[in-house]
Amino acid sequence: MLEIKDLHASVEDKEILKGLNLKVNAGEVHAIMGPNGAGKSTLASVVSGKEEYEVTSGAIFLEGEDIEELGAEERAHKGIFLSFQYPVEIPGVSVTNFMKTAINETRKARGQEEMPARDMLKKIKEKSELLEIDSKFLSRSLNEGFSGGEKKRNEIFQMAMLEPKVAILDETDSGLDIDALRIVANGVNKLKSKDNAVIVITHYQRLLEYIVPDFVHVLHDGKIVKSGTKDLALELEEKGYDWIKEELKA
Amino acid sequence: MELKEKLVSSFLAFEANVDTTSPIHDIRIEALKSFEAYGFPTKKLEAWKYTSLNSVIKNDFSIFPKKEIALEFKDVKKYFISDLDSYKIVFIDGVYSSHLSETTHDKIDVCLMSSALSQNRFKPVIDVYYNTVVKEDGMTALNTAFAKEGAYIYIPKNIAADKPIQIIHFATGVDGAAMLQPRNLIVCEDNSEVTIIERHQNLSENKVFTNSVTEMYAGNNAHIDYYKIQNDTDTSCLVDNTFTEQHNNSVCSVHTFAFGGDITRNNLNFYQKGQGIDSILNGVTILEGKTHVDHNTLVEHQEPNCESHQDYKGIFDEKSTGVFNGKIIVEQEAQKTNAFQSNNNILLSDKATVNSKPQLEIFADDVKCSHGCTIGQLDESALFYMRSRGIATKEAKALLMYAFANNVLESVKIPQLKTRINKIIADKLGVNIGFDL
Repeated sequence: MLEIKDLHASVEDKEILKGLNLKVNAGEVHAIMGPNGAGKSTLASVVSGKEEYEVTSGAIFLEGEDIEELGAEERAHKGIFLSFQYPVEIPGVSVTNFMKTAINETRKARGQEEMPARDMLKKIKEKSELLEIDSKFLSRSLNEGFSGGEKKRNEIFQMAMLEPKVAILDETDSGLDIDALRIVANGVNKLKSKDNAVIVITHYQRLLEYIVPDFVHVLHDGKIVKSGTKDLALELEEKGYDWIKEELKA
Repeated sequence: MELKEKLVSSFLAFEANVDTTSPIHDIRIEALKSFEAYGFPTKKLEAWKYTSLNSVIKNDFSIFPKKEIALEFKDVKKYFISDLDSYKIVFIDGVYSSHLSETTHDKIDVCLMSSALSQNRFKPVIDVYYNTVVKEDGMTALNTAFAKEGAYIYIPKNIAADKPIQIIHFATGVDGAAMLQPRNLIVCEDNSEVTIIERHQNLSENKVFTNSVTEMYAGNNAHIDYYKIQNDTDTSCLVDNTFTEQHNNSVCSVHTFAFGGDITRNNLNFYQKGQGIDSILNGVTILEGKTHVDHNTLVEHQEPNCESHQDYKGIFDEKSTGVFNGKIIVEQEAQKTNAFQSNNNILLSDKATVNSKPQLEIFADDVKCSHGCTIGQLDESALFYMRSRGIATKEAKALLMYAFANNVLESVKIPQLKTRINKIIADKLGVNIGFDL
């Protein structure tokens, strides 16, 4: 579904990703872990099309198509979704209007008719219930004055609305209390299917107790240096990252 | 010949077509003298520091229309809010078009200034109100000297106008460059209500210079909503002078939607002569090209317990320039005044300019006054966030701009007008986005 080949990317001439390889098949959940500064958020930004990052070599394929030249919105139309570590506040645009616009712009780009208002409302109701979002919340300005937990729930609500093929959750667990974490994880688990894939970027093992990954990768210095099953996450939790660095030196 | 000299010397010809025995004509003669003394405003005047009329007044304008032109409604329908049941006062090159208008004398008077100035039955109102609210400067004196046509609206006590009134000025360009000087008088007696929509539209590539004066009088508990749509061609210059006098518990709002034209100067003045008054001044300015819009506002709080609310939003692209100069005066008598002013601007290009200047003169000690002004850019991180959800850059920018201007757009009370303004903005931004506002 998503294949990243020997990806090198820099920001302001500083190379952050240094030959990253990753293959994610439909139906899989991958966790990407690693110490601060390893390049985790850069990976999320590069895949979703943030222009400050320059891809110097390598390629990103979505269902076999090279998406490197596509803008962020075109990648979204093709099914890439990024749950932001720091969702942006947009005063004056309500959650509902934002979602309507996003869905209809995506449908337009795919050559589909706009979604009928009745279907839209039904879908909004259904998905907001999934994330235990109060209906009053939907008429508020996007992310403005939301708590950390509300922002993250709102991100997963958007994911539920947009039904992406590949969802990248960038530090979705940061700033969440245990209840919010459970709601968010439950939402993601319900959205998982054999036709989509989820990449969970996280610093801690905590979220992975709820969203159980098929594969765990360790990102260090711009490369994936170790891959394994969910047991690797437990090992990292227990021993930290230093032993991997030692292993690499050896 | 300089425009000023041309105007002064054409006064004799003007007199041949008006009733020189009327007291109005004495006012004109005095005003002409004043104009001769003032001349056109120059950048040396503090209030005109950022707006120059030099490029406008060097043109050779025809001052009086030579021929009467008829327009078919279907050709100009798009400039009306045509799905709104309304009275209409329409002028073509400064001449009343009965064909396009819909006036009334049923309970209220919605008609022509020329009738009001010449017919005896309007004399009691004209004698009391005409030329009493306006403050004299070069531009208003010039208008007063040549004033003979415009809209006359009179709403007697305890009457709410049954529908809004559209005032539209068309310029056809048939005589080449033209100067127009409409003069409007709107009198709302105690407990009356009216809503007015005004538009100036140049239909040709020829230059038009409009120097308009509107006097508004709101009696006790009167309610006036005035909407100005300024979306003219880039060969049009408008100097709009609007003066509002308010009495006890009256509420007056003026919305100015400045989307086009070459040079537009709005002199918007409110004088509060009673208690419990609310004055509302809202504006949305969206410009590109070399367009220039200058909002020059004045609110004079003369009595206690009154409020004023000013909210001006501006979005400037390419080489456009904007000015906001907002003056609030709180007289010593005007205790418990609440006066708010905010001017927020977004620059989309590094060649666009905004000058924002709040001026507060407060002589009372128990008042709440606030003002704030911001000048910034569109939020790049918000743009990326929206794009990552599938909203393309152009639409994302438009959505952010709508959001930025939203509280002013939301305060438009006529749904058809709101729809129209949203459409004008969408057309300007080249988007067609299906979200409601």
